[in-house]
Amino acid sequence: MPEPIIEVRNLSKRYRLGDFGRHTFREQLDRWWNRLLKKNAGAPLSNGRFSFNGAGAKDFWALRDVSFSIERGEVVGVIGRNGAGKSTLLKILSRITEPTSGDALIRGRIASLLEVGTGFHPELTGRENVYLNGAILGMKRREIQGKFDEIVDFAEMADFIDTPVKRYSSGMYVKLAFAVAAYLDPEILIVDEVLSVGDAQFQKKCLGKMNSIAREGRTILFVSHNMGMITSLCSRGILLESGRLILNAPANEAVMGYYTRGHLSPASVDFARMGVRVGDDYAQLLECYIKNPDGEVTPNHDINNAVIIGLRYRILRQKRFDRAFPYAQINLHASGGALIFQSMAPTGGMEDCPPGDYVAECEIPRNFLNNEMYYISVAMATCDSGVNVHFHEINALCFQVTERLEASLYARRNGFSGPIAGAIRPDLKWRVEKTETSRLNNPRESAGLLA
Amino acid sequence: MNSAPSEYRLHIRPNSGWLHVDLRALWEYRDLLFIMVRRDFVAKYKQTLLGPAWFILQPLLTTLVFTLIFGGVARIPIGITPHALFYLCGLLGWNYFSQNFAATSSVLAGNAHLFGKVYFPRLTPPLAAIISNLFTVVVQIATILAFYVFYKYFTVAGKYFGMQWQIVFLPLVILQVAVLSLGVGLWMSALTVTYRDFSHLSAFLMQLWMYSTPVIYPFAQIPVRWRWVSLLNPMTMPVESVKYVFLGIGVVEARYIALSAGIALAIFVSGLMVFQHVERTFIDTV
Repeated sequence: MPEPIIEVRNLSKRYRLGDFGRHTFREQLDRWWNRLLKKNAGAPLSNGRFSFNGAGAKDFWALRDVSFSIERGEVVGVIGRNGAGKSTLLKILSRITEPTSGDALIRGRIASLLEVGTGFHPELTGRENVYLNGAILGMKRREIQGKFDEIVDFAEMADFIDTPVKRYSSGMYVKLAFAVAAYLDPEILIVDEVLSVGDAQFQKKCLGKMNSIAREGRTILFVSHNMGMITSLCSRGILLESGRLILNAPANEAVMGYYTRGHLSPASVDFARMGVRVGDDYAQLLECYIKNPDGEVTPNHDINNAVIIGLRYRILRQKRFDRAFPYAQINLHASGGALIFQSMAPTGGMEDCPPGDYVAECEIPRNFLNNEMYYISVAMATCDSGVNVHFHEINALCFQVTERLEASLYARRNGFSGPIAGAIRPDLKWRVEKTETSRLNNPRESAGLLA
Repeated sequence: MNSAPSEYRLHIRPNSGWLHVDLRALWEYRDLLFIMVRRDFVAKYKQTLLGPAWFILQPLLTTLVFTLIFGGVARIPIGITPHALFYLCGLLGWNYFSQNFAATSSVLAGNAHLFGKVYFPRLTPPLAAIISNLFTVVVQIATILAFYVFYKYFTVAGKYFGMQWQIVFLPLVILQVAVLSLGVGLWMSALTVTYRDFSHLSAFLMQLWMYSTPVIYPFAQIPVRWRWVSLLNPMTMPVESVKYVFLGIGVVEARYIALSAGIALAIFVSGLMVFQHVERTFIDTV
């Protein structure tokens, strides 16, 4: 049996929270001094993923004892919620950072694509950037020369190749960058959700390219939140949760696992208290939650009650807007991953948006959803000169709509007790009434006429 | 299958060694090094009006300022050598040193976005900077030669200075400056990433360092009992040597050079150690 191309053994990675390196020399001196005074502060207290090391800083295990191996030619999807450790895993495998313990053996040339266009220099032309970017990704000069025309063709960029990239639109930029990456020729390719870029047609092209790379027998490690893409592209899935590997199975099983494990997913996430920063320099998501009309935060909602989805966010600085204003948005997904709807908060009356904390709540009416499980993504964006996303937490929340059959069996279901199909089950307006007996449709009268 | 299974193996593991420089990776990424050198060169002057003419103008303007202030106003005695030549020679090594320092000391903090997304040897950008700055050195040598010809053959001061045969060792002097500046730059870059305080210090450090190096004054001006301090400065001998090989002035002795080269080497090796220790995980903290 051939040796696996990637072998990961007990990989763990610890981050120090509250000790984010931006300390000054004086603070470090203080720390040394304190350490001198009380040499043994005792063993660190441990509490699952977090442990306290006495000095006030928290240890956070982004990965804990993760082991798996990948055979040559496999296409493996890495899935898990935000913060499950996916990016950390990719960063370690692509040598951007080092593990705290454990190791990984890689038997092949590896290239990783954690972001397209890394290292593009705005002053240089497209041509010069293709060489620079290719070299950064580990290609030899001669390799790039050989593939240059194909790259330019793929990017549909022949006319602009000698223009400085600072004059490119963001779409052109991404196309060229992806084209360079697509023509990398590694044995192992690590990809982190770069396909969510460009227009739909270009995305299709990228997917096709990925597929053909996979068919050539190359090994791909792919991270995405798009479960449809995982099932169609990958043969196997690795499900991470809270830094641990909890499932290593065929792709569709892993995706199922992702959704069924959703029961454990919270009805509220307090990013601010977790010390996780979500957002850009304009807006920051502090918390999101799902509650019932009584104000109780819960993952279970009666089908006869409205569901309230809330976002608490902070506007960090003053900014002038002309016609388009920042808005909060929720996306509702069915348990199979399909998007049911998107809803944007209206911005009327909020035009000034002075810095400070805000709450946005959205009410999904009673008797609108089915008795199903749903996922919520929350986002905030501004649509001035292109869509500017401030934050976007995919599948941040999860809830279950329940139905008490004894209450609704005859009231709403006409006695039908089986599952009612459909992603939603809205209470629509029906008009059912007895009409005057129509002449034409009355068989007896028609018969009389004929007689 | 397109590519045959290669012999390429990579073992990722926590690394606590102090001198673990991945030379093989540096060699594998040599093409990136060349492309980065080119990028540094092209990007620096692409949008300037005078373009590459700045390579000549920059040291000339500095020389002019020095001639006016230190020669004309402060009247620092430098002997009978023409001021412009004296300062040009003094600045040759010093400019290279300070340019390299500026480029390498910010390499980790300045490239954090890049280093956080893709792996390539972290030593490649500083090496590229040092190589592309060499071009400035070549242009400056040409400028010195032009001034040299003018002052030597067209002025009366010509008979008081002259080029020495030791000029064949000039590349070694430049090499010492390169090694030293890389060492100091790596030290600083590792320190700034760990303690932000050091980013404020670096400009001050460069100024202080320049005045403690015989750039604008001759080494001979230093009182004898303080000379040993200046000799511990690993930039003193390179700067003094440049003046010696071009003009035949200055105090240059083999044991001084050996001491200076030794110190430069020590700084380089320790800088490399500190840098590679910080480089492996610094991305977790920025």
